[in-house]
Amino acid sequence: MKVSMTVNGRLVNGDVEPRTLLVHFIREELALTGTHIGCETSYCGACTVHVDGEATKSCTMLAVQAEGASITTIEGMAMGDELHPVQEGFWERHGLQCGYCTPGMIMSGAALIAANPSPTEDEIRHGIEGNLCRCTGYHNIVKSIEYAAAKARGETPPPADWEEAVV
Amino acid sequence: MTITMSQVGGIVRRKEDPALIQGRGVYVDDIKLNGELTVAFVRSPFARARIRSVDTSAALAIPGVRAVYTIDDVRSLGPLLAQIPIGKLRPLLADGVVNHVGEAVAMVVAQDRYQAEDAAEAVLVEYDQLPASVGLKFSATDEVKIHDDLESNILHTWVSHDWWPGVFELEDYRPAIAAAKERDDVVIVSQEMVNQRLIPVAIEPRAVLADWSHGYDRVTLYTSSQIPHAVSGAIAKTFGLPVNAVHVIAPEVGGGFGCKLNVYPDEILVCFASHQLEAPVRWTETRREAGYSTIHGRGWIGTATITGTKDGEILGYELDAMADMGAYSQNLTVAIPVLGLYAASGQYNIPVEWTVKCVTTNTQTTDAYRGAGRPEAAYYLERAIDMYAAEIGMHPGDVRKKNYFKKEDFPATTPIGLTMDSGDYITTLDKLLIDADYAGLKEMQAQARSEGRYIGVGLSSYVEVCGFGPSILAEFGFGWDGYGLPTSFSGSGLVRINPDGSATVFIGTGPSGQGHETTWAQIVSDRLGIGMERIRVAHGDTSDAPYGIGTFGSRSAAVDGTATYEAAEKVRSKAADLVAHMLEASAEDIRFADGGAHVVGAPGHTVTWAEIAEVAYKPHKGPEGIEAGLEAHAMFSPGNATWPFGSNIAVVEVDVETGNVDILRYVAMDDCGNVINPMIVDGQLHGGIAQGIGQALFEEAVYDPDGNLLSTSLVDYPLPTATDLPMFELDRTVTLTDVNPLGVKGIGEAGTVGSAQTIVNAVVDALAPLGVKHIDMPLRPKKVWQAIQDAQEA
Repeated sequence: MKVSMTVNGRLVNGDVEPRTLLVHFIREELALTGTHIGCETSYCGACTVHVDGEATKSCTMLAVQAEGASITTIEGMAMGDELHPVQEGFWERHGLQCGYCTPGMIMSGAALIAANPSPTEDEIRHGIEGNLCRCTGYHNIVKSIEYAAAKARGETPPPADWEEAVV
Repeated sequence: MTITMSQVGGIVRRKEDPALIQGRGVYVDDIKLNGELTVAFVRSPFARARIRSVDTSAALAIPGVRAVYTIDDVRSLGPLLAQIPIGKLRPLLADGVVNHVGEAVAMVVAQDRYQAEDAAEAVLVEYDQLPASVGLKFSATDEVKIHDDLESNILHTWVSHDWWPGVFELEDYRPAIAAAKERDDVVIVSQEMVNQRLIPVAIEPRAVLADWSHGYDRVTLYTSSQIPHAVSGAIAKTFGLPVNAVHVIAPEVGGGFGCKLNVYPDEILVCFASHQLEAPVRWTETRREAGYSTIHGRGWIGTATITGTKDGEILGYELDAMADMGAYSQNLTVAIPVLGLYAASGQYNIPVEWTVKCVTTNTQTTDAYRGAGRPEAAYYLERAIDMYAAEIGMHPGDVRKKNYFKKEDFPATTPIGLTMDSGDYITTLDKLLIDADYAGLKEMQAQARSEGRYIGVGLSSYVEVCGFGPSILAEFGFGWDGYGLPTSFSGSGLVRINPDGSATVFIGTGPSGQGHETTWAQIVSDRLGIGMERIRVAHGDTSDAPYGIGTFGSRSAAVDGTATYEAAEKVRSKAADLVAHMLEASAEDIRFADGGAHVVGAPGHTVTWAEIAEVAYKPHKGPEGIEAGLEAHAMFSPGNATWPFGSNIAVVEVDVETGNVDILRYVAMDDCGNVINPMIVDGQLHGGIAQGIGQALFEEAVYDPDGNLLSTSLVDYPLPTATDLPMFELDRTVTLTDVNPLGVKGIGEAGTVGSAQTIVNAVVDALAPLGVKHIDMPLRPKKVWQAIQDAQEA
């Protein structure tokens, strides 16, 4: 089946089997391998992308269901050399270790602060509940999103744990 | 020696991150080769069955299918290699029988995964189902003996006073403990406890991609592995090749936690298929099949017994346990309990008797999962000590302190004859009790109880043994001899100054999230004064890395980090000669900092690293007779393991109506010696604690009595989510080790070793007024609620 959609601002076309998952289309046809696959039950969230601005697990959608949609993947988050505030937050606050869940986590975090610019810790935790991380215990992911939210609001981010701890 | 230089001990943003946060990190499944084929496996639906026939004709007729292989095609390669070949080794594909659900029976190779999966469905396998042996207690009876060629389902029994016959002459503490039990001033607490089977769940499933080059007569394997050199050895030995004909690349590895510390049949089979089909061959594990194709961890049941006086002196600690090995032995399967034995006595100077029976069952193989034996050891010991403290009505901290090895006891010899390098346990515990305000917490608990709320405060201590390791342990099996590489677990590092003055550091270990690129660059930057941005750390590629053991057992910084430090020292020594010549000074007076070198006391008298490199690579500009180039390799074989330690406190609230457990606070006080990057060390602790909490509250690999794995998806095998965990409160003490010149001990597993029992101790403390004395993990609401009902009825 023919399918076309806008991915990271670029119009793309494909010819896919109807059963092709959106995540496979993104990874295999478009070679955008930053969107990861960690399970097949839509539980881990590693495949999260934005579909028309909504954080969406791209393993829950068929490619043909995205016909005409506007998709943003992790590769489309930075503006040239300028990182998205959530990407910057993850780097500044050690929000990643192995990096595998990170793209999905960043996409969820970005959607969260777009909808709620001043989330509480509890709101952040609920906002990323659908994304599993096995490395960080989420502590620094929450801190990363707090950093990003402050940056996006034009405020000074709260200090890091280690800025408090280290003279 | 204390490291007080600028980079070591500093917070440095990770070098790894720019690629990873932009989705530009490369994991195995992101690599595409021209003409590659894809594998799907046909897996057994039975835990134990005889295979009557395998009919591949329908599968082969599906368009795009290139081959279907069975054991008949690969039997000549032999079974999967293992370090400790006790038990039944795993055939590369099922050979006449299957011994666990999900065991691979046939391998389909097709042009794409959709075709391969269709074809795998079309392979017809006829089975005669056989009775399965599942569950440790049942399997240990030998009522259903699993392997015809083994005497018993009990593969081996580890006994603490005789764990390494001929090497250690150890006291058998049984008579002394038996005598102590006869005393009338003692109490004896004893409890059977389950340390349940877990599935590691690295978020990146395992993936392999083989490309056998007939032209160059070598094979390249991309694999998501913690041990690329060991994998290269195993492939070489299996195919009868020299190891330099096998090129293994572990690119970004999306979490390991021990489950990628193994050689797997698929790693061999894709090489075989690539050789046969003259095309690259890939396989990527699905989450569901990961429960069948990647090792599990833990899986113990045991009775812990403490005999002690009424005023808190422990006279004996006994553990009588069984550990589930699964159906086949792989890399270190039967040796995992030994790693627990190493930490059996924890921080305590007490008599210990351990017996652990290694039992085979019709389930997936178990092997190293974060902590590997040490979390089990800490769990049994620390739960038992809490029960003992409760029994005699003593402060759980005071009981622990009374029995700790004291600071002046170090180096201290454990009951199994090992020497612990350093420790200051009371200082660390006291600092924790103050940081967490233990006394205040107990007051808060009392207040809450008066309001009908059930708050618990759990305390526990741990010792981790890591930094493997001493060369002598290779004689025990802790080397890669089984993979055709007669080695010990030494570390290696190579530091190369390039002609432009940048540095490339090649290491024998590699990250699966631990930030090696950053930490190693810090070590080298410190020694040489080269800016972090001018240092590239290369890892995971057997054709350019020095021979390396891999990443596991919290060993990388202490062993390979030290090797890299020593390689940097060698470079520094030669560079000092070059600079002395350039600046007409004495080599002893040369200092390296700020991207170059200067003469001590004359900071204006400087050269840059680019200038030093030019002299190194144009030796006519250097001292007479100097060898061209500037690089050095070092290996480090430590004289001992390292022994990090710490204590943790958890505060939980239990809803007695639902059995739900909320973690209100988690406070950890760890001591891993010197800290190279505190941010990374804390991150390791966060993740490690989360995994221990996962075991305590949520995770369990469940088999039904027929051997069906019931927890194959993340719905049935719940990991902690962000809403399940609190912010962690971390602090540390620093007790140096003299095992390595960096004074570092290791931190990769400490969080996991220290946390599960802390949570369970807290929950039991919360429910003590209701008469609950123990609940087996995972403490899911239903189980907690049931334990409350049972205690009330009793």
